[in-house]
Amino acid sequence: MPNQSSSLTLPAFEFKSSVITVPVLNIYTTDINHFSLQLREKVKQAADFFKNSSVLIDLQNVQDQELNLPLLIDAIHNVEILPIGIRGGSEAQQQSARKIQLPIFSIPRASAETAPVEKTPEPAPPIANTNQSNEEPQNNTINTLITQPVRSGQRIYAKGDLVITSHVSAGAEVMAEGNIHIYGSLRGRALAGILGDEESRIFCTDLQAELISIAGNYRISEDIEDSYKKIPVQIYLDKQALIIKNT
Amino acid sequence: MARIIVVTSGKGGVGKTTTSAAIAMGLAKKGHKTAVIDFDVGLRNLDLILGCERRVVYDFVNVINGEATLNQALIKDKRCDKLFVLPASQTRDKDALTLEGVGKVLNELKKTFKYIVCDSPAGIERGAHLAMYFADDAFVVTNPEVSSVRDSDRMLGILASKSQRAENSEKPIKEYLLLTRYNPARVKLGEMLSVDDVQDILSLHLLGVIPESQAVLNASNSGTPVILDEQSDAGQAYSDIVDRYLGEDKPHRFIDEEKKGLFGRLFRS
Repeated sequence: MPNQSSSLTLPAFEFKSSVITVPVLNIYTTDINHFSLQLREKVKQAADFFKNSSVLIDLQNVQDQELNLPLLIDAIHNVEILPIGIRGGSEAQQQSARKIQLPIFSIPRASAETAPVEKTPEPAPPIANTNQSNEEPQNNTINTLITQPVRSGQRIYAKGDLVITSHVSAGAEVMAEGNIHIYGSLRGRALAGILGDEESRIFCTDLQAELISIAGNYRISEDIEDSYKKIPVQIYLDKQALIIKNT
Repeated sequence: MARIIVVTSGKGGVGKTTTSAAIAMGLAKKGHKTAVIDFDVGLRNLDLILGCERRVVYDFVNVINGEATLNQALIKDKRCDKLFVLPASQTRDKDALTLEGVGKVLNELKKTFKYIVCDSPAGIERGAHLAMYFADDAFVVTNPEVSSVRDSDRMLGILASKSQRAENSEKPIKEYLLLTRYNPARVKLGEMLSVDDVQDILSLHLLGVIPESQAVLNASNSGTPVILDEQSDAGQAYSDIVDRYLGEDKPHRFIDEEKKGLFGRLFRS
């Protein structure tokens, strides 16, 4: 009789699609010793952060080279990071991933753009983006526009740039992963590059802020010279120093 | 269509209840059937300001709990038959109010009243939230003083995000600024924020300025809304505000220091 009541039994599982964010490890070398050494150094700086974190291995930059993938994976396992798959790479590299049962992910459009070719000052091997002819500008296009005053006690978080065409009251907090533009008085707090983007800036037509911060480098009202107050300014980072400049 | 006005401020002691009483009386005097509700459950004051404290039988919480009908609880004003007061309960606290209950009472009132004035308690907690939740218009009462201005700013943020209109993505609550206890002489001396200073911070439509006035205290003590004291500056200021709210174009008064003429100097000094 089980077939009759089958529709009544509770489902044992369900397939669902979901989007998650995973750190990507871009590989620039096939020299495992060299790689392993640098990785260990990096992880040492923030052991708790990396411990047991999952990571997607991007092989786009080494797809033309010989790579011993199992050794690479071992090196990553050694620092207690868990690779969950690879993307990119040559046919041979993907074959060897299949052999060790590592999933292969597809390369998203314009992913080459996220490679730190432009952003890091280190001379990362500038592999030509051969197959990425339709390169799009900055794909973090989730910008936010606010046209109402941001009142005391309100918090605004923008994934991309944040543009405010009104004022930001004292006791309000505006945060953006990218730049912040305020066409009005800034009396509250403004934090740009909140995920650590040191290139982000704050633009403001009337600076009376309680606090300004770029990528965690902050200045409080007391430390902002009066000469910069009530004039249009831009604020940016120069070698970890917060610079306020009259625009 | 009935309109619900919330009189709010965030900060206490700035003149919400005085304003609620004056505005409600002013609207009723203009011939509009008006109800004024005291949301300050546990700290009932509005009935005192309106001089009907000795006629309270049932209150807002009784109506919400179904222990009395709205008609039993509404107190008709003796001076103006268009004004009705729904007093707060003194023996309960703000948790006695429910969103559903408040909504039901307001809907009931909307059927017969033109204006419903909600006198909000201070703070940004339950009582204040319920007072503003169903509002169409908000009168933000502010003193020309930094802490009051900041609290009003906070309240404006809540009005913009936590009202029924905001939650249903309808047209936002219309916000008006009422600057109370204004003293032009002290503004001139730099001891008090000016109208412009406050406007600069809040960027809000100014409905009117009510000067600091002895008449307000006298009115409160005698249980007469100050708007009925037609000789007083505060009473006139509230009359102007009601007129402006109803769409009349009246120039602002009481912002600048009164110039004393020769006679004034002779007789007043």
